[in-house]
Amino acid sequence: MTTTVPSIDSPAALAESLRTVDYLADDRIAQVAFLAERLGKPILVEGPAGVGKTELAKSLARMWDRRLIRLQCYEGLDESKALYEWNYKKQLLRIQADQDKHWDELEDDIFSDEFLLARPLLEAIRSETPVVLLIDEIDRVEIETEALLLEVLSDFQVSIPELGTITAATRPFVVLTSNNTRELSEALKRRCLFLHISYPDPEREQEILLTRVPELPENLARQIARIVRSIRQMDLKKSPSVSESIDWARTLLALAVEHLDTEVVADTLHVLLKYQSDIEKATAELTRR
Amino acid sequence: MTAPGASSPVTSLVTGFVGELRAAGVPVSMVETIDAMRAVEVIDIGDRAGLKATLAATLVKSERHLAAFDTAFEVFFATAPRRTQDKPDGSPASSPGEGGASGGLGEEDLDDLRRSLLQSLLESDMESLLDAVGGAVDRLSGFERGRPVGGTYYLYRTLRRLDIDEIESLLREALRGREGEVSELDRRLVDEEVAARIEQLRQAIQDEIRRRLVEDRGREAVARTLRRPLTEDVDLMHATRADLEALEDAIVPLTRKLAARLARRRRLLRRGRLDFRKTMRHSLATGGVPIDPQFRLNRPHRPEVFLLCDISGSMATFARFTLQFTYAMSTQFSKLRSFAFIDTVDEVTEFFGPGTDFSDALARVASEAEVVRQDGHSDYGTSLATFLERYGRDVTPRSTVIITGDARNNYRPPQDELLGEIAAKARAVYWLNPEPPSYWDTGDSVMSRYARWCEGVHEVRTLRQLEAFVEELSLPRSRPRGRLH
Repeated sequence: MTTTVPSIDSPAALAESLRTVDYLADDRIAQVAFLAERLGKPILVEGPAGVGKTELAKSLARMWDRRLIRLQCYEGLDESKALYEWNYKKQLLRIQADQDKHWDELEDDIFSDEFLLARPLLEAIRSETPVVLLIDEIDRVEIETEALLLEVLSDFQVSIPELGTITAATRPFVVLTSNNTRELSEALKRRCLFLHISYPDPEREQEILLTRVPELPENLARQIARIVRSIRQMDLKKSPSVSESIDWARTLLALAVEHLDTEVVADTLHVLLKYQSDIEKATAELTRR
Repeated sequence: MTAPGASSPVTSLVTGFVGELRAAGVPVSMVETIDAMRAVEVIDIGDRAGLKATLAATLVKSERHLAAFDTAFEVFFATAPRRTQDKPDGSPASSPGEGGASGGLGEEDLDDLRRSLLQSLLESDMESLLDAVGGAVDRLSGFERGRPVGGTYYLYRTLRRLDIDEIESLLREALRGREGEVSELDRRLVDEEVAARIEQLRQAIQDEIRRRLVEDRGREAVARTLRRPLTEDVDLMHATRADLEALEDAIVPLTRKLAARLARRRRLLRRGRLDFRKTMRHSLATGGVPIDPQFRLNRPHRPEVFLLCDISGSMATFARFTLQFTYAMSTQFSKLRSFAFIDTVDEVTEFFGPGTDFSDALARVASEAEVVRQDGHSDYGTSLATFLERYGRDVTPRSTVIITGDARNNYRPPQDELLGEIAAKARAVYWLNPEPPSYWDTGDSVMSRYARWCEGVHEVRTLRQLEAFVEELSLPRSRPRGRLH
C-alpha cells in the first residue's frame, strides 16, 4: 500500500479507520487510542482473555500501515531477550582474527553496532519508520522485570553502557496487554493510559460476528450473541471469549445450522467452552426448564 | 504546547474532580493529574462520553476503582435533569414537589406513561426512554427540594408507583410474541433480554434522580453521600452480592502482588552470618586474599498453618474469604491445614486439594464437614476441646494456629485454658475477629478471655486488613515478641 493514511483528527475518524481493517472499536476504545496517539503515551489494555486486546494493537498497525514489533512476555524474560544482547561469539571471532591489534583499538571495535543483537524493545526504538510496539501479557513477567520497560515507556530511549543512550528516531506507538493475573507496579501504570476492555454487549458482539464471519445470517448472529451472554453470566472456570464465539459461529456455519435449538447447542458447546465441567454445567443450565 | 494556566476553567475542573476521586479513595498521582489536563486539551470537551473515557484512561489505573470513578463522574459532570413540558392538549403535568399520593395523576396518565416506557424499551430507543423516565420521575417520585433523604428513597417510590413488575411482564409478553419463541432455550434468552432491559430502565431512573439531587444540593454534597468503599475496603460482614463478586475477583491478583513483595523482602533478609569455610575456599582463587566474603543463607521461614474457621451463619461469609485468601497464599506456607467448626470441629483440608474448584470445595465444607453435634450455635469451648483431643498432637512449635470468628460463645463455658494448652504447643496463636474492637466483650463475646493466649488479636473486616495480617504472618521477625498477658 503506498497511499498515505489520511490524518485522523477525531476518535470517531479513528473508529472509522479501524473498521476498514475489520476491528470494531467502541467509543471508549477509540477515544483512548486517539488520546494515546496525540499524547504519545503507551496504552495499557487490561481485560479477560480473548476480548481483542492483542487484536487492537495488530489492527492499529494495519490501519497505519506500520510494522508491528511484538514482545511476548513470560516468566523469566530478561534484558537479553527484551532489550539487547552482545553477540559475543562474533566478538570472540573478531578478537581472534585481530590478534596483533592493540587492546584499546579492539575494545572500540567489538562494542559497536555490528556486534549488537537488537531485541524487540531496542528494535522498536531504532526503527527508521514509526512502528507499533506490542508488549503482550505484561502480567506474566516478575514485578522486578517491569523496571526494564520504564525507560523505554516514558523516555523512548535505551541506555547501553558501552554505547551510550539510544533515543528513538521515531516514536513507537506502544500497546501493553495484561490479563490482570497480578497487580502491575504503580510506576508502570503511571506511565500508561489505562483501558479496560470487558466482554462486548450482545449488540456489539453481533456486529463483530457479522464483520468477522460475513456469510453468517443476521438472525443466527443475534442468537449466538445472546446465548454467549447467557453463558457468560454463569459461574464457570473460563467464560467464552469473543474469539471463541467467532469460532462457534464458523462451526455452526460449516454445519449449515439455520436456527439454534437446545440440541445443536449441546452438540457444539465444546467449541465455546474448554473445560468438561464447564460444558456439563452450561448444558444443564441451558436445557433446564 | 502552551503551559496550561493555573486558572483556566478546564484546569480547575480537572483539579476539582481529582479531589473528589481522592476523597472517594481512588489513588491519583500528580503526574496523572497533569496527564489528564494535557489530555483534556486535545479532545472535544463537549463530547461527554469522550470526556469520561479520557478522564478514566488518565486517572484510574485499576479495574477495581472504575465503579468509584463512574459514580464520581456522573455526579461531578451531571447533566441537567429532563423535565416534561406541559402537554399541548392542556392535560396537567403535575409540578415537581407535589408529593401527594397520586399528585393529581389519574390512572389514565399513568397508563400513558407506562405505555411510552414500554414502547421505548421495546425499540431500545435510548432518547425516548430518557424522556419518558424524566416524566416518570417528575410525577411519581414526589421529589421535594431540600428534603434530606437519599436517592434510594425516591427510586423505590418511583418504581413502586410505576409498578415495574407490570412493565416487566408486559415487556416479556411483547418480546415473546415478537421472537416467536419455540423452545426452552428461546424462552431463556427472552427472559434474559427482558431482565437486561428492565435493569436499563432502573438505571435510567436512578440516574435521573441523581441529576435532580445534584441540581438541588450541589455536587459536593451528593458525591459525599454516594461514596462507596473501594473493593479492598468493603466490610466483609455487610457486603452486598455485587461487592462479594468484586471481592472474589480481586483476591487472586492481590495475593500475587503480596507474594512478590514477600519474596523480595525475604531475599533481603536471607543473608546471614559469615561463612568462614566458604570464604576461605573462595579466597583460593585470589591467592588466599579473602576478597569476596561468603555468607550463610538463612533458611526462609515458611510457617506451618492451622486455620480454624467458625462457619456458623453469621461468620460464613467471613470464613469463606479467609479460606479463599489463605489458600491463594498457600505457597507462602510450608503446610496448610484447615478446620471448620460450629459447636464441634472437623478437618476440611482434603476438600481443598490441588486442582479442585474453590466453590465446590466450599460447598463440600458446608454439606459434608461434621461441625454440628448439638444445636448449631457456635460453641468455641467444645470446639477447642475437640480440636485438642483429635489434632492436638500434630501441633508443634513450628505450627501457627489461626482462629477466625467473633468469639461469641452463646454464654457457654469458653474453656479458654484449652486455648492456652494449644498456645503452649504451638509457635503462636492468632485470632482474627471481623467485629470492630469496640464490640469485643459485649454481650456473649468473650474475646479477651481468649486474647490472653494469643500472640495477636486482629480486627479483620476488609481485604486490606486481611492482606496486612498475612504479610505480618509470612515474614520472619528479628526477635520473638513476648506474649500478651
